[in-house]
Amino acid sequence: MHIHIADAYHEAASPLHRLDARVKVPVALALILCISLAPTGVFGVYVAYFALIMALAVLARLEPGLVLRRSLVALPFAGAAAALIFTVPGQTLARVPLLSWAISVEGLLRFSSIVFKSLLAAQAAVLLLAVTRFTDTLWALGELRMPRTLVGIVSFMLRYLFVLADEAGRMARAREARSASLEDRQRRSILFEARTTGRMIGALIVRSIERSERVYNAMLARGYDGRSLALDAPPLPVRDVIAGLGVTLAAAAILAVSLL
Amino acid sequence: MPPEILIDDLSFSYPGGTRALDSISLSIEPAERVALVGPNGAGKSTLLLQLNGLLRPAQGRVLIGGLAVEEPHLGTIRARVGMLFQNPDDQLFNPRVFDDVAFGPLHMGLPADEVRARADAALQAVGMAAYAGHISHHLSLGQKKRAAIASVLSMSPSLLALDEPTSGLDPRARRQLIDLLAGMSVTLLCATHDMRMAAELFERTVIMDGGRVVADGPSARLLADEALLAAHGLEHP
Repeated sequence: MHIHIADAYHEAASPLHRLDARVKVPVALALILCISLAPTGVFGVYVAYFALIMALAVLARLEPGLVLRRSLVALPFAGAAAALIFTVPGQTLARVPLLSWAISVEGLLRFSSIVFKSLLAAQAAVLLLAVTRFTDTLWALGELRMPRTLVGIVSFMLRYLFVLADEAGRMARAREARSASLEDRQRRSILFEARTTGRMIGALIVRSIERSERVYNAMLARGYDGRSLALDAPPLPVRDVIAGLGVTLAAAAILAVSLL
Repeated sequence: MPPEILIDDLSFSYPGGTRALDSISLSIEPAERVALVGPNGAGKSTLLLQLNGLLRPAQGRVLIGGLAVEEPHLGTIRARVGMLFQNPDDQLFNPRVFDDVAFGPLHMGLPADEVRARADAALQAVGMAAYAGHISHHLSLGQKKRAAIASVLSMSPSLLALDEPTSGLDPRARRQLIDLLAGMSVTLLCATHDMRMAAELFERTVIMDGGRVVADGPSARLLADEALLAAHGLEHP
């Protein structure tokens, strides 16, 4: 078993792939900001943002269905807003049988707006990660003055999460291999399984702590003294900045129209 | 010229009381190639960790190029001693290969151009130039080992301290690694169980057992002494 981390990224030769990550990251954030500022219930605006994102996806040679599918990950979170359907006061559309909860039109509008907006925001993020290697995204965040310590933490996580997942996978396999049972004996109880799993997690934590000590030694051995340093970045290409401004302006224009 | 490594009556115990190193004295000249062999728990890795101050002696002293491995010199010494750890996943702690190879020179305070030039040269030297932008997690073990070597070569060390460089490698990756080490002009001190590599690559062998140096001499002689090897749980190459 070997877990790969390049899943979110889609290799392709497109203008969006070539765009400097220091442009792509803030543009994606601006796009998400505009989407979240869009007013409730103005569905034309959502369609316009959707069209913008899909146009970018096509430009990036991505399959639009992929961006759509991946954005569904936001649904459970948006689902948390479902209570609004019943709690926002307004014109009653119908009542839930038995419970007699009132479904309000305003609540329904608010809820569906939240669902659409979170889907759109997720699509913007999916698009960014599909055209930018995660290491480049991290680097860009560092260059954009996100504290180096935070960048470092995410970068260690990126490096070791999958090492850890591989290790957990090997441990699980070793357990499976020894989980023999005689035919006439009872199946192992859930409690027994839970205890084994708990022990595995404990062992994994201990191994991780040991690994962190070895990694820290490796850092010290190469002159680490507590400072997080990074190489000077190459200058930002003007063309990339203009392209980024273009997309940001388009997103802002849609928002401006919706607020008029 | 002072010896590259001078270890004088070095003893060390881990917290908990295990005496890992027991009155070790050893002198290694510049450009010498020395294999450090012995059973597991003999103290080989512990000895290597003393060379750049990751562990400190309880008694005795360690000098690298005439400098005591102590606080004012630690920076200089760590640039001088390239330490290759056994598990490359511990050594390659950045997501991308290039960042790891640049880490050492960057923290030595070199200007950016020089850092890039050194990182490129080091990757070139280990045949990994094409992998600079790759994610370390996706490399094979042999490639990880070579990238890890590049990550210390970029610091231009005068001494490479290697911990089990060939463990876990398939024959081809092992051969590539041995050929790579054979082409180097720096001092090599290599803890290993790979007796064939010891015989092929290192003119001198130090045998450790129970925290002590039990034999030290030309590889050709020590590695042919079957009685000596057997007494310390080792095998004739």
